[in-house]
Amino acid sequence: MTIEARFRLDRPGFTLDVDLRAPAQGVTALFGPSGCGKTTLLRAIAGLERCGDGFLKVGDMIWQEERHFVPPHRRPLGYVFQEASLFAHLTVRRNLEYGLRRVPQTERKVSLDEAIELLGIGHLLERKPDRLSGGERQRVAIARALAVSPKLLLMDEPLAALDLTRKQEILPYLESLYKELDIPVIYVTHSSDEVARLGDYLVLMEAGGIRAMGAISDMLTRLDLPLAQGRDAEALIQATVAGHDERYDLTHLDFPGGRFTVTRKDLPVGGAVRLRVAARDISLTLERQSGTSILNIFPATIEEIVPAGSAQVTVRLAAGGVSLLARVTRRSAALLDLKPGKPVYAQAKSVALLS
Amino acid sequence: MTLTDADFVALVITLKLAAITTLILLLLGTPLAWWLARSRWRFKFLLEAVVALPLVLPPTVLGFYLLVALGPHGPVGALVESLGGHSPAFTFSGLVIGSVFYSMPFVVQPLQGAFTAVGHRPLEVAATLRASPLDRFFSVAIPLARSGFLTAAVLGFAHTVGEFGVVLMIGGNIPGSTQVLSIAIYDHVEVLEYGRAHWLSGGLLLLSFLMLISVYALNRRFTVVQS
Repeated sequence: MTIEARFRLDRPGFTLDVDLRAPAQGVTALFGPSGCGKTTLLRAIAGLERCGDGFLKVGDMIWQEERHFVPPHRRPLGYVFQEASLFAHLTVRRNLEYGLRRVPQTERKVSLDEAIELLGIGHLLERKPDRLSGGERQRVAIARALAVSPKLLLMDEPLAALDLTRKQEILPYLESLYKELDIPVIYVTHSSDEVARLGDYLVLMEAGGIRAMGAISDMLTRLDLPLAQGRDAEALIQATVAGHDERYDLTHLDFPGGRFTVTRKDLPVGGAVRLRVAARDISLTLERQSGTSILNIFPATIEEIVPAGSAQVTVRLAAGGVSLLARVTRRSAALLDLKPGKPVYAQAKSVALLS
Repeated sequence: MTLTDADFVALVITLKLAAITTLILLLLGTPLAWWLARSRWRFKFLLEAVVALPLVLPPTVLGFYLLVALGPHGPVGALVESLGGHSPAFTFSGLVIGSVFYSMPFVVQPLQGAFTAVGHRPLEVAATLRASPLDRFFSVAIPLARSGFLTAAVLGFAHTVGEFGVVLMIGGNIPGSTQVLSIAIYDHVEVLEYGRAHWLSGGLLLLSFLMLISVYALNRRFTVVQS
Protein backbone atom coordinates (compact mmCIF):
# COMPACT_ATOMS: atom_id res chain seq x y z
CA MET A 1 0.00 0.00 0.00
CA THR A 2 1.41 3.33 -1.03
CA ILE A 3 0.53 6.98 -1.24
CA GLU A 4 1.17 8.37 -4.70
CA ALA A 5 0.85 12.06 -5.40
CA ARG A 6 1.72 14.06 -8.48
CA PHE A 7 0.97 17.74 -8.37
CA ARG A 8 1.94 20.79 -10.32
CA LEU A 9 0.68 24.06 -8.94
CA ASP A 10 1.56 27.55 -10.11
CA ARG A 11 1.14 30.40 -7.69
CA PRO A 12 2.54 33.90 -8.04
CA GLY A 13 6.24 33.58 -7.28
CA PHE A 14 6.01 29.91 -6.37
CA THR A 15 5.67 26.62 -8.19
CA LEU A 16 5.01 23.28 -6.58
CA ASP A 17 6.08 20.37 -8.74
CA VAL A 18 6.18 17.04 -6.94
CA ASP A 19 5.99 13.35 -7.62
CA LEU A 20 5.64 11.73 -4.24
CA ARG A 21 5.61 8.06 -3.42
CA ALA A 22 5.47 7.03 0.21
CA PRO A 23 4.35 3.96 2.12
CA ALA A 24 0.75 4.11 3.35
CA GLN A 25 1.83 3.19 6.86
CA GLY A 26 3.86 4.76 9.61
CA VAL A 27 4.83 8.40 9.70
CA THR A 28 6.02 10.11 6.54
CA ALA A 29 7.78 13.36 7.37
CA LEU A 30 7.68 16.19 4.84
CA PHE A 31 10.80 18.06 5.80
CA GLY A 32 12.36 21.23 4.46
CA PRO A 33 12.93 24.93 5.09
CA SER A 34 10.06 27.43 5.32
CA GLY A 35 8.57 28.27 1.95
CA CYS A 36 9.67 25.04 0.25
CA GLY A 37 6.07 23.96 -0.39
CA LYS A 38 5.51 21.44 2.40
CA THR A 39 2.24 22.96 3.54
CA THR A 40 1.03 23.49 -0.04
CA LEU A 41 1.69 19.83 -0.80
CA LEU A 42 -0.18 18.77 2.34
CA ARG A 43 -3.11 21.03 1.42
CA ALA A 44 -3.15 19.57 -2.08
CA ILE A 45 -3.31 16.08 -0.59
CA ALA A 46 -6.26 17.18 1.55
CA GLY A 47 -7.95 18.76 -1.46
CA LEU A 48 -7.86 22.22 0.11
CA GLU A 49 -5.58 23.38 -2.67
CA ARG A 50 -6.79 22.37 -6.10
CA CYS A 51 -4.51 21.98 -9.07
CA GLY A 52 -6.05 21.26 -12.42
CA ASP A 53 -3.86 18.42 -13.44
CA GLY A 54 -2.89 16.22 -10.54
CA PHE A 55 -2.97 12.64 -9.43
CA LEU A 56 -3.48 11.36 -5.91
CA LYS A 57 -3.91 7.81 -4.76
CA VAL A 58 -3.96 6.74 -1.13
CA GLY A 59 -3.91 2.97 -0.78
CA ASP A 60 -6.68 1.85 -3.13
CA MET A 61 -8.58 5.16 -3.03
CA ILE A 62 -8.12 7.56 -5.93
CA TRP A 63 -8.76 11.09 -4.70
CA GLN A 64 -7.71 12.97 -7.78
CA GLU A 65 -7.13 11.96 -11.38
CA GLU A 66 -7.63 14.14 -14.45
CA ARG A 67 -11.17 15.52 -14.10
CA HIS A 68 -12.01 13.38 -11.12
CA PHE A 69 -11.61 15.37 -7.90
CA VAL A 70 -12.93 14.21 -4.56
CA PRO A 71 -13.77 17.32 -2.50
CA PRO A 72 -12.09 17.51 0.93
CA HIS A 73 -15.22 16.65 2.90
CA ARG A 74 -15.56 13.35 1.03
CA ARG A 75 -11.96 12.27 1.73
CA PRO A 76 -11.59 10.07 4.82
CA LEU A 77 -8.72 12.09 6.24
CA GLY A 78 -7.90 13.95 9.39
CA TYR A 79 -6.11 17.29 9.24
CA VAL A 80 -4.31 19.08 12.04
CA PHE A 81 -3.45 22.68 11.24
CA GLN A 82 -0.48 24.59 12.57
CA GLU A 83 -2.75 26.67 14.78
CA ALA A 84 -5.33 24.54 16.56
CA SER A 85 -8.22 26.36 14.83
CA LEU A 86 -10.86 25.09 17.20
CA PHE A 87 -14.40 26.34 16.58
CA ALA A 88 -14.68 29.28 18.97
CA HIS A 89 -18.45 28.92 19.32
CA LEU A 90 -18.34 25.31 20.50
CA THR A 91 -17.15 23.63 23.69
CA VAL A 92 -14.29 21.14 23.53
CA ARG A 93 -16.79 18.29 23.55
CA ARG A 94 -18.80 19.78 20.70
CA ASN A 95 -15.59 20.44 18.78
CA LEU A 96 -14.70 16.77 19.13
CA GLU A 97 -18.18 15.67 18.11
CA TYR A 98 -18.33 17.96 15.09
CA GLY A 99 -16.50 15.59 12.77
CA LEU A 100 -17.54 12.40 14.54
CA ARG A 101 -21.24 13.08 13.96
CA ARG A 102 -20.64 13.45 10.25
CA VAL A 103 -19.03 10.03 9.92
CA PRO A 104 -21.40 7.10 9.30
CA GLN A 105 -21.62 4.69 12.24
CA THR A 106 -20.13 1.85 10.20
CA GLU A 107 -16.96 3.80 9.42
CA ARG A 108 -16.19 4.74 13.01
CA LYS A 109 -13.02 2.94 14.05
CA VAL A 110 -11.68 5.35 16.66
CA SER A 111 -14.07 6.01 19.52
CA LEU A 112 -14.38 9.44 21.05
CA ASP A 113 -13.31 8.04 24.41
CA GLU A 114 -10.20 6.55 22.82
CA ALA A 115 -9.25 9.87 21.22
CA ILE A 116 -9.92 11.73 24.47
CA GLU A 117 -7.79 9.31 26.44
CA LEU A 118 -4.92 9.23 23.93
CA LEU A 119 -4.59 13.00 24.13
CA GLY A 120 -5.38 13.29 27.84
CA ILE A 121 -8.11 15.92 27.47
CA GLY A 122 -10.88 14.33 29.54
CA HIS A 123 -10.88 17.17 32.06
CA LEU A 124 -11.33 19.87 29.39
CA LEU A 125 -14.52 18.69 27.70
CA GLU A 126 -16.91 21.37 28.96
CA ARG A 127 -14.56 24.30 28.36
CA LYS A 128 -14.68 26.78 25.52
CA PRO A 129 -11.50 27.01 23.41
CA ASP A 130 -10.64 30.45 24.82
CA ARG A 131 -10.20 28.85 28.25
CA LEU A 132 -7.47 26.46 27.05
CA SER A 133 -3.71 26.83 26.87
CA GLY A 134 -1.96 26.58 23.50
CA GLY A 135 -0.86 23.03 24.17
CA GLU A 136 -4.31 21.94 25.30
CA ARG A 137 -5.88 23.49 22.23
CA GLN A 138 -3.57 21.59 19.92
CA ARG A 139 -4.28 18.34 21.75
CA VAL A 140 -8.00 18.91 21.30
CA ALA A 141 -7.42 19.64 17.60
CA ILE A 142 -5.51 16.37 17.23
CA ALA A 143 -8.22 14.41 19.05
CA ARG A 144 -10.86 16.09 16.87
CA ALA A 145 -9.02 14.95 13.73
CA LEU A 146 -8.70 11.40 15.11
CA ALA A 147 -12.38 11.20 16.01
CA VAL A 148 -13.37 11.05 12.33
CA SER A 149 -11.47 7.71 12.09
CA PRO A 150 -9.27 8.95 9.26
CA LYS A 151 -7.62 6.59 6.81
CA LEU A 152 -4.85 9.18 6.47
CA LEU A 153 -3.81 11.72 9.08
CA LEU A 154 -2.27 14.96 7.81
CA MET A 155 -0.42 17.13 10.30
CA ASP A 156 0.91 20.55 9.36
CA GLU A 157 3.65 21.48 11.86
CA PRO A 158 1.34 20.75 14.79
CA LEU A 159 4.03 21.81 17.26
CA ALA A 160 5.47 24.83 15.48
CA ALA A 161 3.24 27.39 17.18
CA LEU A 162 4.11 26.08 20.66
CA ASP A 163 6.99 26.87 22.94
CA LEU A 164 9.50 24.21 23.97
CA THR A 165 7.67 23.20 27.14
CA ARG A 166 4.40 22.70 25.30
CA LYS A 167 6.21 20.74 22.58
CA GLN A 168 7.62 18.38 25.16
CA GLU A 169 4.10 18.11 26.56
CA ILE A 170 2.61 16.98 23.23
CA LEU A 171 5.39 14.88 21.72
CA PRO A 172 4.78 11.85 23.98
CA TYR A 173 1.10 11.94 22.98
CA LEU A 174 2.06 11.90 19.33
CA GLU A 175 4.50 9.05 19.82
CA SER A 176 1.96 6.86 21.58
CA LEU A 177 -0.73 7.83 19.09
CA TYR A 178 1.34 6.68 16.12
CA LYS A 179 2.10 3.45 17.93
CA GLU A 180 -1.45 2.72 19.10
CA LEU A 181 -3.38 3.60 15.97
CA ASP A 182 -2.65 1.99 12.67
CA ILE A 183 -3.21 5.15 10.63
CA PRO A 184 -0.68 6.40 8.08
CA VAL A 185 0.46 9.92 8.92
CA ILE A 186 1.96 12.65 6.76
CA TYR A 187 3.72 15.06 9.06
CA VAL A 188 5.01 18.43 7.91
CA THR A 189 7.88 19.86 9.90
CA HIS A 190 11.03 21.91 9.65
CA SER A 191 12.43 20.47 12.87
CA SER A 192 15.00 17.71 12.41
CA ASP A 193 14.36 16.75 16.01
CA GLU A 194 10.72 15.93 15.27
CA VAL A 195 11.78 14.03 12.14
CA ALA A 196 14.14 11.84 14.17
CA ARG A 197 11.62 11.25 16.94
CA LEU A 198 8.51 10.62 14.89
CA GLY A 199 9.40 9.86 11.28
CA ASP A 200 9.63 6.48 9.58
CA TYR A 201 9.89 7.72 6.04
CA LEU A 202 11.34 11.05 5.01
CA VAL A 203 10.51 13.29 2.08
CA LEU A 204 13.05 16.06 1.76
CA MET A 205 11.63 19.15 0.06
CA GLU A 206 13.42 22.07 -1.50
CA ALA A 207 12.13 25.05 -3.50
CA GLY A 208 8.76 23.55 -4.42
CA GLY A 209 10.13 20.14 -5.35
CA ILE A 210 11.23 16.89 -3.75
CA ARG A 211 14.98 16.62 -3.33
CA ALA A 212 15.01 13.04 -2.09
CA MET A 213 12.83 10.51 -0.30
CA GLY A 214 13.43 7.25 1.49
CA ALA A 215 13.46 5.42 4.78
CA ILE A 216 14.41 7.75 7.59
CA SER A 217 17.61 5.95 8.66
CA ASP A 218 18.93 5.91 5.08
CA MET A 219 18.07 9.55 4.52
CA LEU A 220 19.73 10.77 7.70
CA THR A 221 23.04 9.17 6.75
CA ARG A 222 23.13 10.11 3.09
CA LEU A 223 26.11 12.42 2.84
CA ASP A 224 24.80 14.18 -0.29
CA LEU A 225 21.79 15.52 1.63
CA PRO A 226 21.75 18.53 3.96
CA LEU A 227 20.65 16.47 6.97
CA ALA A 228 24.03 14.74 7.26
CA GLN A 229 25.87 17.99 6.67
CA GLY A 230 24.33 19.96 9.54
CA ARG A 231 25.79 20.40 12.98
CA ASP A 232 23.24 18.00 14.40
CA ALA A 233 23.84 15.20 11.91
CA GLU A 234 22.86 11.88 13.42
CA ALA A 235 22.01 8.27 12.66
CA LEU A 236 18.91 6.37 13.73
CA ILE A 237 19.35 2.79 14.77
CA GLN A 238 16.64 0.23 15.32
CA ALA A 239 17.58 -1.98 18.28
CA THR A 240 15.96 -4.51 20.58
CA VAL A 241 16.26 -4.76 24.33
CA ALA A 242 18.56 -7.75 24.93
CA GLY A 243 18.56 -7.67 28.71
CA HIS A 244 19.44 -5.76 31.83
CA ASP A 245 22.60 -5.79 33.92
CA GLU A 246 21.19 -5.83 37.45
CA ARG A 247 24.56 -5.50 39.12
CA TYR A 248 25.53 -2.23 37.44
CA ASP A 249 22.03 -1.08 36.60
CA LEU A 250 22.52 -1.04 32.86
CA THR A 251 20.46 -2.05 29.83
CA HIS A 252 21.80 -3.89 26.78
CA LEU A 253 20.42 -3.00 23.37
CA ASP A 254 21.34 -5.15 20.39
CA PHE A 255 21.48 -4.03 16.78
CA PRO A 256 22.97 -5.88 13.78
CA GLY A 257 26.32 -4.11 14.28
CA GLY A 258 26.75 -4.97 17.92
CA ARG A 259 25.48 -4.07 21.35
CA PHE A 260 24.84 -0.74 23.02
CA THR A 261 25.03 -0.62 26.75
CA VAL A 262 23.25 2.29 28.38
CA THR A 263 22.12 3.27 31.85
CA ARG A 264 19.19 1.13 32.95
CA LYS A 265 15.92 1.88 31.19
CA ASP A 266 12.65 0.38 32.30
CA LEU A 267 11.96 -1.50 29.09
CA PRO A 268 10.70 -5.04 28.51
CA VAL A 269 13.26 -7.49 27.14
CA GLY A 270 12.62 -8.07 23.44
CA GLY A 271 11.01 -4.64 22.96
CA ALA A 272 12.00 -2.44 20.03
CA VAL A 273 13.72 0.87 20.59
CA ARG A 274 14.96 3.61 18.35
CA LEU A 275 18.39 5.02 19.09
CA ARG A 276 19.76 8.36 18.00
CA VAL A 277 23.50 8.55 17.68
CA ALA A 278 24.87 12.00 16.93
CA ALA A 279 27.79 12.22 14.49
CA ARG A 280 29.73 14.41 16.89
CA ASP A 281 29.46 11.77 19.60
CA ILE A 282 31.25 9.11 17.52
CA SER A 283 35.03 8.94 17.44
CA LEU A 284 37.12 6.57 15.34
CA THR A 285 40.14 4.43 16.21
CA LEU A 286 42.16 2.02 14.08
CA GLU A 287 42.53 -0.56 16.84
CA ARG A 288 40.04 -1.55 19.46
CA GLN A 289 40.74 0.61 22.47
CA SER A 290 41.34 -1.11 25.75
CA GLY A 291 41.51 0.73 29.00
CA THR A 292 38.75 3.12 28.06
CA SER A 293 35.61 4.09 29.92
CA ILE A 294 33.62 4.06 26.71
CA LEU A 295 31.26 1.08 26.69
CA ASN A 296 30.01 1.21 23.16
CA ILE A 297 32.63 0.25 20.60
CA PHE A 298 31.80 -1.38 17.27
CA PRO A 299 33.86 -2.64 14.37
CA ALA A 300 32.80 -0.80 11.23
CA THR A 301 33.85 -0.08 7.67
CA ILE A 302 34.22 3.39 6.21
CA GLU A 303 31.86 3.90 3.27
CA GLU A 304 32.18 7.55 2.36
CA ILE A 305 33.85 10.74 3.56
CA VAL A 306 32.80 14.32 2.77
CA PRO A 307 34.12 17.61 4.13
CA ALA A 308 32.07 19.37 6.80
CA GLY A 309 33.32 22.92 6.90
CA SER A 310 37.02 23.66 6.60
CA ALA A 311 38.25 21.74 9.65
CA GLN A 312 36.05 18.66 9.83
CA VAL A 313 34.84 15.75 7.77
CA THR A 314 31.72 13.61 8.02
CA VAL A 315 32.30 9.88 7.73
CA ARG A 316 29.65 7.32 6.94
CA LEU A 317 30.32 3.92 8.44
CA ALA A 318 28.64 0.58 8.07
CA ALA A 319 28.43 -1.57 11.17
CA GLY A 320 26.69 -4.87 10.46
CA GLY A 321 24.86 -3.25 7.54
CA VAL A 322 23.67 -0.33 9.68
CA SER A 323 24.80 3.18 8.75
CA LEU A 324 26.42 5.42 11.33
CA LEU A 325 27.86 8.90 11.01
CA ALA A 326 31.04 10.22 12.59
CA ARG A 327 32.21 13.80 12.64
CA VAL A 328 36.01 14.03 13.03
CA THR A 329 38.61 16.67 12.27
CA ARG A 330 40.24 16.74 8.87
CA ARG A 331 43.56 16.43 10.64
CA SER A 332 42.55 13.17 12.35
CA ALA A 333 41.22 11.85 9.08
CA ALA A 334 44.60 12.50 7.47
CA LEU A 335 46.65 11.09 10.39
CA LEU A 336 44.57 7.90 10.51
CA ASP A 337 44.50 7.77 6.72
CA LEU A 338 40.74 7.34 6.70
CA LYS A 339 39.36 6.32 3.33
CA PRO A 340 36.44 4.30 1.99
CA GLY A 341 36.77 0.57 2.59
CA LYS A 342 39.05 0.93 5.59
CA PRO A 343 38.06 -1.01 8.73
CA VAL A 344 37.87 1.08 11.91
CA TYR A 345 36.37 1.02 15.38
CA ALA A 346 33.56 3.44 16.15
CA GLN A 347 33.26 4.60 19.75
CA ALA A 348 29.94 6.12 20.81
CA LYS A 349 30.29 8.59 23.67
CA SER A 350 26.54 8.89 24.15
CA VAL A 351 23.33 7.67 22.65
CA ALA A 352 19.77 8.89 23.00
CA LEU A 353 16.88 6.52 23.38
CA LEU A 354 13.52 6.94 21.68
CA SER A 355 11.04 4.34 22.81
CA MET B 1 -52.24 63.98 25.73
CA THR B 2 -51.86 60.46 24.36
CA LEU B 3 -51.60 58.82 20.97
CA THR B 4 -54.57 59.28 18.68
CA ASP B 5 -55.88 56.40 16.65
CA ALA B 6 -54.17 57.70 13.55
CA ASP B 7 -50.84 57.92 15.35
CA PHE B 8 -51.29 54.40 16.71
CA VAL B 9 -52.01 53.05 13.23
CA ALA B 10 -48.91 54.84 11.93
CA LEU B 11 -46.85 53.22 14.69
CA VAL B 12 -48.16 49.73 13.83
CA ILE B 13 -47.47 50.29 10.12
CA THR B 14 -43.98 51.51 10.91
CA LEU B 15 -43.12 48.50 13.06
CA LYS B 16 -44.67 46.09 10.57
CA LEU B 17 -42.77 47.69 7.71
CA ALA B 18 -39.48 47.54 9.64
CA ALA B 19 -40.02 43.92 10.68
CA ILE B 20 -40.92 42.68 7.20
CA THR B 21 -38.11 44.68 5.60
CA THR B 22 -35.55 43.34 8.08
CA LEU B 23 -36.71 39.79 7.51
CA ILE B 24 -36.49 40.11 3.73
CA LEU B 25 -33.11 41.80 3.97
CA LEU B 26 -31.70 39.06 6.20
CA LEU B 27 -32.92 36.43 3.75
CA LEU B 28 -31.58 38.21 0.67
CA GLY B 29 -28.64 39.91 2.32
CA THR B 30 -27.10 36.79 3.86
CA PRO B 31 -26.27 35.01 0.59
CA LEU B 32 -25.30 38.34 -1.01
CA ALA B 33 -22.99 39.27 1.87
CA TRP B 34 -21.54 35.74 1.90
CA TRP B 35 -20.81 35.99 -1.79
CA LEU B 36 -19.28 39.46 -1.39
CA ALA B 37 -17.10 38.22 1.46
CA ARG B 38 -15.87 35.08 -0.33
CA SER B 39 -15.83 35.87 -4.05
CA ARG B 40 -12.62 36.76 -5.82
CA TRP B 41 -14.49 38.12 -8.83
CA ARG B 42 -12.62 40.99 -10.41
CA PHE B 43 -15.63 43.31 -10.68
CA LYS B 44 -17.00 42.60 -7.24
CA PHE B 45 -16.39 46.24 -6.29
CA LEU B 46 -19.14 47.32 -8.72
CA LEU B 47 -21.72 45.36 -6.77
CA GLU B 48 -20.33 46.63 -3.47
CA ALA B 49 -20.77 50.20 -4.73
CA VAL B 50 -24.38 49.49 -5.77
CA VAL B 51 -25.15 48.07 -2.32
CA ALA B 52 -23.63 51.15 -0.68
CA LEU B 53 -25.46 53.67 -2.91
CA PRO B 54 -28.40 54.27 -0.53
CA LEU B 55 -25.87 55.50 2.07
CA VAL B 56 -25.05 58.55 0.00
CA LEU B 57 -28.03 59.01 -2.34
CA PRO B 58 -30.74 61.49 -1.23
CA PRO B 59 -33.70 59.28 -0.28
CA THR B 60 -35.90 61.32 -2.59
CA VAL B 61 -33.75 60.31 -5.56
CA LEU B 62 -34.04 56.65 -4.69
CA GLY B 63 -37.77 57.12 -4.03
CA PHE B 64 -38.23 58.92 -7.32
CA TYR B 65 -36.66 56.15 -9.40
CA LEU B 66 -38.52 53.47 -7.49
CA LEU B 67 -41.77 55.37 -8.08
CA VAL B 68 -41.03 55.56 -11.79
CA ALA B 69 -40.20 51.86 -11.92
CA LEU B 70 -43.09 50.67 -9.77
CA GLY B 71 -45.78 53.01 -11.10
CA PRO B 72 -48.43 51.70 -13.53
CA HIS B 73 -46.35 52.92 -16.48
CA GLY B 74 -42.98 51.83 -15.12
CA PRO B 75 -41.39 48.53 -16.16
CA VAL B 76 -42.09 46.73 -12.89
CA GLY B 77 -45.54 48.22 -12.35
CA ALA B 78 -46.59 47.45 -15.93
CA LEU B 79 -45.36 43.89 -15.61
CA VAL B 80 -47.30 43.36 -12.39
CA GLU B 81 -50.45 44.85 -13.93
CA SER B 82 -50.12 42.70 -17.06
CA LEU B 83 -50.07 39.68 -14.76
CA GLY B 84 -53.35 40.84 -13.28
CA GLY B 85 -51.85 42.45 -10.17
CA HIS B 86 -51.93 45.98 -8.90
CA SER B 87 -49.05 48.39 -9.33
CA PRO B 88 -47.18 48.53 -6.01
CA ALA B 89 -46.85 52.31 -6.07
CA PHE B 90 -48.67 53.97 -3.13
CA THR B 91 -49.25 50.61 -1.41
CA PHE B 92 -47.68 48.93 1.58
CA SER B 93 -45.92 46.46 -0.75
CA GLY B 94 -44.35 49.44 -2.48
CA LEU B 95 -43.10 50.68 0.90
CA VAL B 96 -41.52 47.30 1.59
CA ILE B 97 -39.76 47.26 -1.78
CA GLY B 98 -38.47 50.80 -1.26
CA SER B 99 -37.32 50.05 2.28
CA VAL B 100 -35.48 46.93 1.18
CA PHE B 101 -33.38 48.99 -1.21
CA TYR B 102 -32.99 51.87 1.21
CA SER B 103 -31.85 49.75 4.20
CA MET B 104 -29.82 47.24 2.18
CA PRO B 105 -26.33 48.55 3.11
CA PHE B 106 -27.21 48.56 6.80
CA VAL B 107 -27.81 44.82 6.67
CA VAL B 108 -25.37 43.67 3.98
CA GLN B 109 -22.32 45.55 5.21
CA PRO B 110 -22.27 44.22 8.81
CA LEU B 111 -22.90 40.72 7.48
CA GLN B 112 -20.13 41.01 4.90
CA GLY B 113 -17.77 42.28 7.58
CA ALA B 114 -18.70 39.44 9.93
CA PHE B 115 -18.25 36.79 7.23
CA THR B 116 -14.89 38.27 6.26
CA ALA B 117 -13.82 38.19 9.90
CA VAL B 118 -14.69 34.49 10.14
CA GLY B 119 -12.02 33.86 7.51
CA HIS B 120 -11.23 30.74 5.50
CA ARG B 121 -9.63 28.65 8.21
CA PRO B 122 -12.72 27.54 10.23
CA LEU B 123 -14.40 26.53 6.97
CA GLU B 124 -11.37 24.56 5.85
CA VAL B 125 -11.29 22.84 9.22
CA ALA B 126 -14.97 21.98 8.84
CA ALA B 127 -14.29 20.61 5.35
CA THR B 128 -11.65 18.26 6.75
CA LEU B 129 -14.23 17.18 9.34
CA ARG B 130 -16.62 15.95 6.61
CA ALA B 131 -18.89 19.00 6.46
CA SER B 132 -20.30 19.78 2.99
CA PRO B 133 -20.21 23.42 1.79
CA LEU B 134 -23.84 24.07 2.84
CA ASP B 135 -23.29 22.29 6.15
CA ARG B 136 -20.18 24.43 6.77
CA PHE B 137 -22.17 27.58 6.08
CA PHE B 138 -24.87 26.77 8.61
CA SER B 139 -22.80 25.03 11.27
CA VAL B 140 -19.71 27.25 11.22
CA ALA B 141 -20.04 30.49 9.23
CA ILE B 142 -23.40 31.62 10.62
CA PRO B 143 -22.69 30.85 14.31
CA LEU B 144 -19.30 32.54 14.10
CA ALA B 145 -20.85 35.58 12.40
CA ARG B 146 -23.72 35.88 14.87
CA SER B 147 -22.70 39.28 16.20
CA GLY B 148 -22.83 40.52 12.60
CA PHE B 149 -26.36 39.16 12.29
CA LEU B 150 -27.45 40.97 15.43
CA THR B 151 -25.93 44.24 14.23
CA ALA B 152 -27.44 43.80 10.77
CA ALA B 153 -30.92 43.05 12.09
CA VAL B 154 -31.02 45.96 14.53
CA LEU B 155 -29.49 48.48 12.14
CA GLY B 156 -31.79 47.36 9.34
CA PHE B 157 -34.83 47.61 11.59
CA ALA B 158 -33.89 50.95 13.14
CA HIS B 159 -32.95 52.49 9.83
CA THR B 160 -36.26 51.43 8.28
CA VAL B 161 -38.16 52.92 11.23
CA GLY B 162 -36.33 56.18 10.61
CA GLU B 163 -36.81 56.51 6.86
CA PHE B 164 -38.74 59.44 5.45
CA GLY B 165 -37.94 60.49 1.92
CA VAL B 166 -38.30 57.17 0.19
CA VAL B 167 -41.53 56.39 2.02
CA LEU B 168 -42.96 59.77 1.17
CA MET B 169 -42.11 59.45 -2.52
CA ILE B 170 -43.29 55.91 -3.03
CA GLY B 171 -45.99 55.54 -0.40
CA GLY B 172 -47.74 58.86 -0.76
CA ASN B 173 -48.51 59.25 2.96
CA ILE B 174 -51.91 57.55 2.93
CA PRO B 175 -53.11 57.29 6.54
CA GLY B 176 -53.91 53.72 7.55
CA SER B 177 -52.00 52.29 4.64
CA THR B 178 -48.69 53.96 3.94
CA GLN B 179 -48.40 56.64 6.60
CA VAL B 180 -45.48 55.88 8.88
CA LEU B 181 -44.39 57.60 12.09
CA SER B 182 -41.72 59.84 10.63
CA ILE B 183 -44.24 61.34 8.20
CA ALA B 184 -46.93 61.59 10.87
CA ILE B 185 -44.51 63.72 12.89
CA TYR B 186 -43.91 65.93 9.87
CA ASP B 187 -47.66 66.34 9.43
CA HIS B 188 -48.15 67.31 13.08
CA VAL B 189 -45.44 69.94 12.83
CA GLU B 190 -46.96 71.26 9.61
CA VAL B 191 -50.18 72.00 11.46
CA LEU B 192 -48.35 73.19 14.59
CA GLU B 193 -49.40 70.22 16.78
CA TYR B 194 -46.09 70.32 18.66
CA GLY B 195 -47.43 68.33 21.59
CA ARG B 196 -48.19 65.26 19.52
CA ALA B 197 -45.01 65.70 17.52
CA HIS B 198 -43.13 65.63 20.83
CA TRP B 199 -44.77 62.40 21.90
CA LEU B 200 -43.97 60.62 18.67
CA SER B 201 -40.47 62.06 18.32
CA GLY B 202 -39.58 61.25 21.90
CA GLY B 203 -40.91 57.72 21.44
CA LEU B 204 -38.86 57.16 18.29
CA LEU B 205 -35.76 58.57 19.93
CA LEU B 206 -36.14 56.24 22.87
CA LEU B 207 -36.86 53.19 20.68
CA SER B 208 -33.83 53.82 18.47
CA PHE B 209 -31.59 54.41 21.44
CA LEU B 210 -32.71 51.21 23.16
CA MET B 211 -32.12 49.17 20.02
CA LEU B 212 -28.60 50.52 19.58
CA ILE B 213 -27.80 49.99 23.26
CA SER B 214 -28.82 46.35 22.94
CA VAL B 215 -26.59 45.90 19.88
CA TYR B 216 -23.54 47.37 21.51
CA ALA B 217 -24.11 45.62 24.82
CA LEU B 218 -24.64 42.22 23.21
CA ASN B 219 -21.73 42.64 20.82
CA ARG B 220 -19.51 43.44 23.75
CA ARG B 221 -20.59 40.22 25.41
CA PHE B 222 -19.84 38.30 22.20
CA THR B 223 -16.38 39.75 21.86
CA VAL B 224 -15.61 38.94 25.47
CA VAL B 225 -16.65 35.35 24.88
CA GLN B 226 -14.59 35.06 21.72
CA SER B 227 -11.40 36.74 22.86
